[in-house]
Amino acid sequence: MRRDRRPHALAWWLWGVGLATAALRTTNPILLVGLGTIALVVGWACRSPAPWGHSVGVFLRLGLIVIALRVLLQLVFGERLPGHVLFTLPSVPLPSWAAGVSIGGPVTVEAILTALVGGLRLAVVLVAFGTVNAVASPRELLRSLPAMLHEVAVAITVGFCFVPEVMNAMARVREARRLRGRPTSGLAGWRGTAVPVLEDALERSGQLAASMGARGFGRAGVPRAPWIRRAGLACSVCGVIGVVVGTYGILAGGRSVPLPGVLCVLGAVLLWAGLAAGHRRSTRTRYRPQPFALRSWVTACSGWLPVVTFALVTASGSHAISWTPYPLTWPGVPAMALVGILLAAAPLVLVDQSTPTVRRQAKASREPVRA
Amino acid sequence: MISFDDVSFRYAASSPWVVRHLDLTIDEGELVVVVGPTGSGKSTVLAMINGLVPHLTGGQIAGEVLVGGQSTLSTAPSELASLVGYVGQDPQAGFVTDRVEDEIAYAMENLGIEPVAMRRRVEDALDLLNLHDLRDQPLATLSGGQQQRVAIAAVLAASPALLVLDEPTSALDPGAAEEVLHALTRLVHDLGMTVVLAEHRLERVLPFADRVVALSTDGEVSVGRPAMVMASSPLAPPIVELGRVAGWTPLPISVRDARRRAPELIEKLRVHEPTSPPRHEGAARASLSRVDVEFGALRALDEVSIELHEASITALMGRNGSGKSTLLSLLAGSRKPTRGTVEVGGHDPMRLSPSERIRLAGYVPQEPGDLLYAQSVAEECSTADVEHGLAPGTTAEVVSELAALENTRLHPHDLSEGQRLSLVLGIVLAPRPKVLLLDEPTRGLDYEAKRRLVGMLQALRDEGISIVVATHDVELVASVADRALVLAQGELIADGEAREVVSQTPAFAPQVAKILRPLRFLTVDEVRAAL
Repeated sequence: MRRDRRPHALAWWLWGVGLATAALRTTNPILLVGLGTIALVVGWACRSPAPWGHSVGVFLRLGLIVIALRVLLQLVFGERLPGHVLFTLPSVPLPSWAAGVSIGGPVTVEAILTALVGGLRLAVVLVAFGTVNAVASPRELLRSLPAMLHEVAVAITVGFCFVPEVMNAMARVREARRLRGRPTSGLAGWRGTAVPVLEDALERSGQLAASMGARGFGRAGVPRAPWIRRAGLACSVCGVIGVVVGTYGILAGGRSVPLPGVLCVLGAVLLWAGLAAGHRRSTRTRYRPQPFALRSWVTACSGWLPVVTFALVTASGSHAISWTPYPLTWPGVPAMALVGILLAAAPLVLVDQSTPTVRRQAKASREPVRA
Repeated sequence: MISFDDVSFRYAASSPWVVRHLDLTIDEGELVVVVGPTGSGKSTVLAMINGLVPHLTGGQIAGEVLVGGQSTLSTAPSELASLVGYVGQDPQAGFVTDRVEDEIAYAMENLGIEPVAMRRRVEDALDLLNLHDLRDQPLATLSGGQQQRVAIAAVLAASPALLVLDEPTSALDPGAAEEVLHALTRLVHDLGMTVVLAEHRLERVLPFADRVVALSTDGEVSVGRPAMVMASSPLAPPIVELGRVAGWTPLPISVRDARRRAPELIEKLRVHEPTSPPRHEGAARASLSRVDVEFGALRALDEVSIELHEASITALMGRNGSGKSTLLSLLAGSRKPTRGTVEVGGHDPMRLSPSERIRLAGYVPQEPGDLLYAQSVAEECSTADVEHGLAPGTTAEVVSELAALENTRLHPHDLSEGQRLSLVLGIVLAPRPKVLLLDEPTRGLDYEAKRRLVGMLQALRDEGISIVVATHDVELVASVADRALVLAQGELIADGEAREVVSQTPAFAPQVAKILRPLRFLTVDEVRAAL
């Protein structure tokens, strides 16, 4: 019973990918701010008590940096977009082959707005990633990957665990530096922290891989007949191509790829079949598997509601989803899109905040949390 | 069960051999302890048993390692997982899942154990290592000792035929270490499991060992019963040294052996019973008064009042998680007490700037490497000079007084544990702090490095520095401390002369005190001086 109080890790990741996809499909700043807010609120409310629960804040800061950087680059090097000129920077003439790039020149409101929206989209994607990291650790997700993806999962685990490990290491090193009387903020602080943190995180990730190997992760099972393996390989290659092209179609929008959704699903099925056929039969079992129950389904689906409602709004002939600063007007806010975004906060209601895990922890442990 | 046949290994063609022509056979159902000074290749030998070396590390290998008839050179570690259970030095770094229960089940999932059997084995492993209270806890919130127990349970649950443990008790308090070792002996005796472990703290593991494999830095290997190997080993726990001093043959290995032969020695020593020099209460250097620290609902320190005097060494003892590190962090000014006041050199350390603080209190954390970040020892020393506003070369000079680091171009990561500790100690001491705080300084140190540390601490005390050492190592307390404090659940339950405190209870008594009870000898040096 205890284990289905929280949505499945996979459900959280699906939710996050949905939110990120929605952010990449719109250029309407109000909708983007809405998506970002939902991600932040959910991340804050449902974050895990473990150290990686702080990743929302880290990714939020990263997002803000991206926005600032994007605007700065636009001001200095960006394309000179026409419109209402705010001020003019001293410009440097560039040869004709450097079209699209310029240094300095007139800066328009429209140019700044375009850069802001571009930065905002990336920031929302980052925040969604941070939220998912904070609520469902990547290790939990990898535990539920199908057996045929073992070898891949080892690589992904080591990669994913880099984020929480880096944050653990950062806390430790900053504490130690403070004790040594060294700066922990500013440029000098960052330089001094970065080297030991990276070293530490790399070392730990390596140790993690060693430990997984020593405990039987990625064991080879019984090999299959060669022709099945070859057919499997062909299926996987076609599947990957289908998924990549389909995903591009979905993200790029327009008519660049026919039926991108169908292509994506078809590719995924082929990939699945290919991997299943090509992989050795694994003998892996699972300890108290977390069921993918109603809570999980609702969480996963709610993350995709913004994408669906955006598509519906566009289909109804409105251009509010893809807003541009030409002409310079206040972006419209379609009610349906807004409802879609609000419904993406469904996990807030679903997650039982008083899980016994959290309550019992305070009682069982008479020991201080290790810093 | 395990055989090493003329095995040599080095990590790269350009680096020196770590293991040279090793021949070794370990039979089934043995508890084997691998001993040797730092750098003798203990960890490498252990990692070869399940193939992590060379499969994960790479390197040049010659010879053949067979485990249960399988060559570990041609079999991947994951294929050996059902045969060999391996627990590395840093349990936290090896955790794959987030919660205690999942971590214990993890290896069994990979081995394809039936879900019903798996459920029962998880419960058994939880009971065996006394972890059932913690089953739902996130691993990140456990204390060091608890993490070590979870790591061992996670390996035991898969019931491999062979268990390999690299320093399993180094982070544990004496009680917890005993508990882990008893669990291991039970596995050997009841289930016929083979256990191979490496450990620096011989006094803890020797009584449980069937055989000892002694490695030395020049590639010599001696294998045999503990008493036999110890007769010629340069590394020896206090009990063995006492046996040598008293001329007992064969050498005693357990306190019981030694105690049976001790009556004669006790009679001889009775007239020479040592007394500690009268405690000269110097000026107070730091104090805590009625300090409480709370973490949420948890009380880490409970109305603790202490005064620390100049030219003294105070040992801080207590179970894992009893509040030792918290107390040190208060003195170091990195944590604020919930109630009460902290004073170091007449100031509240939280209100001082970092540079003022390090002139008052120097702190060496559990992982000294955290304080290092430069690319070489020399660079580390010169940055420390700049940051602490010292004359160029000051830090390097202090470091060289503490340890002979011939090659200052070495990366701090390539130093041995003992050298790294000396480097950090030098950096912390260069600004001449009035108070020195050390958290578990003997973890990972061999006897030789420990002897050097004891010498360093005594010299620093004679210079007038007030030293606080938080430690589980009762032998260290016996050889350096003037005063001992014992914490339990955040309360100060004992405060007094070290000799009094450690001889009061068996859990904290050093081996010599246990053997020569009721006489109050603490170290072999004292016995030697009395004879």
